[in-house]
Amino acid sequence: MTATTTAPRSRRRRPRRRERFLTRRDVVVLAVMIGIPTLLHVGFVWFPTLASVLLSFTSWDGIGGLGTITPAGIENYRNVVTIYPPFWPAIAHNVLWLVFFLLVATPFGIFLALLLDKELAGTRFYQSALYLPVVLSLVVIGFIAQLIYAPEQGLINNLLSRTEPGEVIDWLGNPRINLWAVLIMASWRHVGYIMILYLAGLKSVDPTLKEAAAIDGASESQTFFRVVFPVLRPINIVVLVITVIESLRAFDIVYVINKGTNGLELLSILITNNIIGEASRIGFGSALAVILLVVSLGAIVPYLYVTFRKDQAA
Amino acid sequence: MTDMTTAVGRPESDQRPSPTVAQRQGWSRWNARLIQAFLALTALVWLAPLLYTLYTSLRPYSDTAARGYVSLPGTLNLENYVAAWTQADMPQFFWNTIIVTIPAVVLTLLLSSMVAFAVSRFSLASNLTLLIIFTAGNLLPQQVIITPLYRLFLLIPLPEFLSDSGVLFDSYLGIILIHVAFQMGFCVFVLSNYMKTLPRELTEAALVDGTTVWAMYWRIILPLSRPPLAALATLQFTWIYNDFFWALVLMQSGDKRPITSAIGSLGGLYFTDNNLIAAGALLAAIPTLVVFLVLQKQFVRGLTLGSTKG
Repeated sequence: MTATTTAPRSRRRRPRRRERFLTRRDVVVLAVMIGIPTLLHVGFVWFPTLASVLLSFTSWDGIGGLGTITPAGIENYRNVVTIYPPFWPAIAHNVLWLVFFLLVATPFGIFLALLLDKELAGTRFYQSALYLPVVLSLVVIGFIAQLIYAPEQGLINNLLSRTEPGEVIDWLGNPRINLWAVLIMASWRHVGYIMILYLAGLKSVDPTLKEAAAIDGASESQTFFRVVFPVLRPINIVVLVITVIESLRAFDIVYVINKGTNGLELLSILITNNIIGEASRIGFGSALAVILLVVSLGAIVPYLYVTFRKDQAA
Repeated sequence: MTDMTTAVGRPESDQRPSPTVAQRQGWSRWNARLIQAFLALTALVWLAPLLYTLYTSLRPYSDTAARGYVSLPGTLNLENYVAAWTQADMPQFFWNTIIVTIPAVVLTLLLSSMVAFAVSRFSLASNLTLLIIFTAGNLLPQQVIITPLYRLFLLIPLPEFLSDSGVLFDSYLGIILIHVAFQMGFCVFVLSNYMKTLPRELTEAALVDGTTVWAMYWRIILPLSRPPLAALATLQFTWIYNDFFWALVLMQSGDKRPITSAIGSLGGLYFTDNNLIAAGALLAAIPTLVVFLVLQKQFVRGLTLGSTKG
């Protein structure tokens, strides 16, 4: 046991030498262990992704067999941006969602993590309270949103004493404010999520770094922005990617509230409507999916690059 | 509570030897109280929606109709829970959830630990490619793949005993498989990072002794990986339980949907007033609230494992 624990952990691998010990059966077992999960993942995730891209350049109503698929060039994309009314509102809402998460929810989660990292009395309780919404489904949060925002029976209007028909504020029904109301509820969960992730990152920072900065006369904000934040680069990237992806994935809460209509249109909703709606336009839905894919890759590719770059170098 | 500040607070921030000790101590104590007040207020605001939901769920509709929603209660009882439970067919939906969630969690952990074992213990040319494929796949928004996936599910035939629709679409197995396929990405990433930290000599020695690859995985690496497996099991249970989207689109029969999808898509039919909505929402949230209360540590570990590499 002593020999194993004292050995360096990330030693350079020596492939040729080890493979010699593998019997033919071992190789088969290993191939199956990798093969089955990979087949399942690639078949159900990457194959449909690729199919989305290909189908987006075709026209297919899904009723006839695969033989009835006809090429359509960029027709679907042209239709999406020119004659599909909910497209641009959906883009605007997704952008607003992303900007709100990036500028409000995520920074607030980071701010709370910094305060909790001081480990003042009661921290455990505060931390639990803040992360409680993270375990809830967005469906449940959508229901809670209705309790809070409903016109006559809702908490806010009752607190404001505006429950008479003429004076109610329709938080979820008025397309000028409902997205903001939903963003507040979505942030209720997102802030806790970011707080947990960032707090774990802060705990991993060498405390002597902060001490050294303080002895050198750095203020608390200077210590964070000039010392801690740069050290936490990996976690910053994770938080950034999660914020972007969560904003693009937003679906459940909006669907539960009003199926993503009337001011709550999102790209994810439009794609889904093209499958479970009455008119099934596969090529058109795929074009929307590809637009979502391209935006997502904008976050995924840099993340992969940062995460796996050093693995490759090692 | 504030009196405990100095006892619990970090000694290095409160008693740091420096020329301005007295000045700094006074300021930082005041500062600490301000922060605590802010955190306490925020925590209260954070708990408020759930506490209000609990309160509303315990009040009969007649009570809130007579007194208003923001008022002291005349009566408190479990009427709404009984009504939500029976009217919304919740026992059936919870049963559907069990059929989907348990196999999905077990399969996800089993299959992803196999891949993680292979890429972390053997130097295969495909290691990096595999890790990238799995990690990236997990980050895709579900809607990117849903259109072709829906068609694919309609094309894959299943025997009668596995699916009364005859295809993967509208079957429990279909929902289980898409959860496994999608969630494996995150688990492979986390588990392979963990397994890389286990000493190489463990398996190298075993290999020299003639241990088979399977025994190495099953008897050496898997038992040692219990901590991340427990954390991931908790996390995956919560995520799969909370799924709304897959079962909404890929499970057509409303009565076969798991609880989250069922009440998310049909809730409005059953829950006619806010009191019923509150009770229904809390009933559907019970398993995740149990995770919060009992398995908090595992859940948080699972979340942070993916971001802090071990």
